[in-house]
Amino acid sequence: MAIQVLIPTPLQKFTNDEATASLEAASVDALIDALDARYPGLKDRLCDEGGKLRRFLNVYVNSEDIRFLDNQQTLLSDGDEVSIVPAVAGG
Amino acid sequence: MSIPDFHDRLYTRRLPSAVSLLPVLEKLLTATLACSPTTGPTFTGLRCKECGHPYEAGARHVCEDVCFGPLEVVYDYEAIRARVSRATIEAGPASIWRYRDFLPIQGDPIDVGTGFTPLLKANNLARRLGLKNLFIKNDGVNMPTLSFKDRVVSVALTRARELGFTTVSCASTGNLANSTAAIAAHAGLECCVFIPSDLELGKVLGTLIYNPTLMAVKGNYDQVNRLCSEVANTFGWGFVNINLRPYYSEGSKTLGYEVIEQLGWQLPDHIVAPLASGSLFTKIRKGFDEFIKVGLVDDKAVRFSGAQAEGCSPIAQAFAAGRDFITPVKPNTIAKSIAIGNPADGPYAIDIANRTGGSIAAVGDGDIVEGIKLLAETEGVFTETAGGTTIAVLKKLVEAGKIDSNETTVAYITGNGLKTTEAVADAIGAPYTIEAQLDSFKAAWQQVQAQH
Repeated sequence: MAIQVLIPTPLQKFTNDEATASLEAASVDALIDALDARYPGLKDRLCDEGGKLRRFLNVYVNSEDIRFLDNQQTLLSDGDEVSIVPAVAGG
Repeated sequence: MSIPDFHDRLYTRRLPSAVSLLPVLEKLLTATLACSPTTGPTFTGLRCKECGHPYEAGARHVCEDVCFGPLEVVYDYEAIRARVSRATIEAGPASIWRYRDFLPIQGDPIDVGTGFTPLLKANNLARRLGLKNLFIKNDGVNMPTLSFKDRVVSVALTRARELGFTTVSCASTGNLANSTAAIAAHAGLECCVFIPSDLELGKVLGTLIYNPTLMAVKGNYDQVNRLCSEVANTFGWGFVNINLRPYYSEGSKTLGYEVIEQLGWQLPDHIVAPLASGSLFTKIRKGFDEFIKVGLVDDKAVRFSGAQAEGCSPIAQAFAAGRDFITPVKPNTIAKSIAIGNPADGPYAIDIANRTGGSIAAVGDGDIVEGIKLLAETEGVFTETAGGTTIAVLKKLVEAGKIDSNETTVAYITGNGLKTTEAVADAIGAPYTIEAQLDSFKAAWQQVQAQH
């Protein structure tokens, strides 16, 4: 299954400046592992020591925050777009 | 001198319009960040608020080398202490730039008269609520676009210009779009702003009039913000609340400084402020802390209480549950200017409320409308829904015994009601339409008397 991942600027140093990546993965957790396999060291940046996504990172599947889905266990299917976005303040 | 006397004097006096600097000193305000005792920038770089990792003072907002925590500006407080006193501040312009040594800019600011808004002694509202010393900090009359956002945008666009950006942008619930578009127009910067497509008409018109490019996104604010993060990644623009956020958010500290100065160089006992992302709340605290640190005000305990709308209350829910993390929500409230379902600074706001013995509470949309009306009827201040939320929560906290009647309390009003007339249109009276004849007036007046 091909999942399209949008890589934020701060992480593009791991991806040879590529802003997107296409990977195969069945869940968000699996996607993080797949990203790390292709771009070694990326998982350490995305997750804390316990493998949990860092609290200042938001992950969206097809524009939906995974905290409204099934968090890191959220299932992915062919053609899904996953966006990794550092938290921002606003107003 | 009592606080009200001091306030009356301060409020009516006109201040010099600008600090006059010798031209040679102005030339010294150059791109270098090296501090000298009397001139030049007082900030030295950025630092992660979570892990402390240092960064240069560029256009970045997250700790990209370690933990993705938010970045904060680092200041040389010894340099600030050496050059600032109550007298130097009082001699400054009647705007946020009287505090420029506490703000992260290198050269001349974009000064559109932002800041130094009235601090009203709200005796009528105090009496109604059972308080003795209540003040309203009224940023509904801030310049140029009638909300506190003019403070943060003035700082962000000054810094954007210094960093070489020619196009500026933001994700906004309305007020920020107004302010970014207006101040960009004044500064001659290109501007493209993003808002949710369901905003109040006043906020849409109040942006378009400055002729920016306005993108109305079919989605809520959190979705707009996500889109803007992706645009910021690829377009190289200065987004005030994204890659310029460390500088932008510092502008809110001036709401802390001004209250101290307007109270006669004293801290209040309790503040109540609206919570959207939580940034304003944390920066008022930082403003108080900095004035204490450099010796401009005596330290004392100040309680911090926050206000949310029930239809978007992720911070209030976490506070009530004793959590230190935020579970995002999908907003559904008339208080659109504070409808942020995924508040980035929420954990910091909870920490401040807990550490200071304050509270965070939420009120329903009906209470928000009543809050707007109560402030207008008692104090002559017409605020928007965020201000209605603040007043309604103030009332709720007083009734719950969480604000002591003797506390000097400041309620922060952050926006103007003329931008959100839809919120109250069905909840206020209608005019008596009469003929231009005395008899017609007399008949109508009898009706008025009968109804009272």
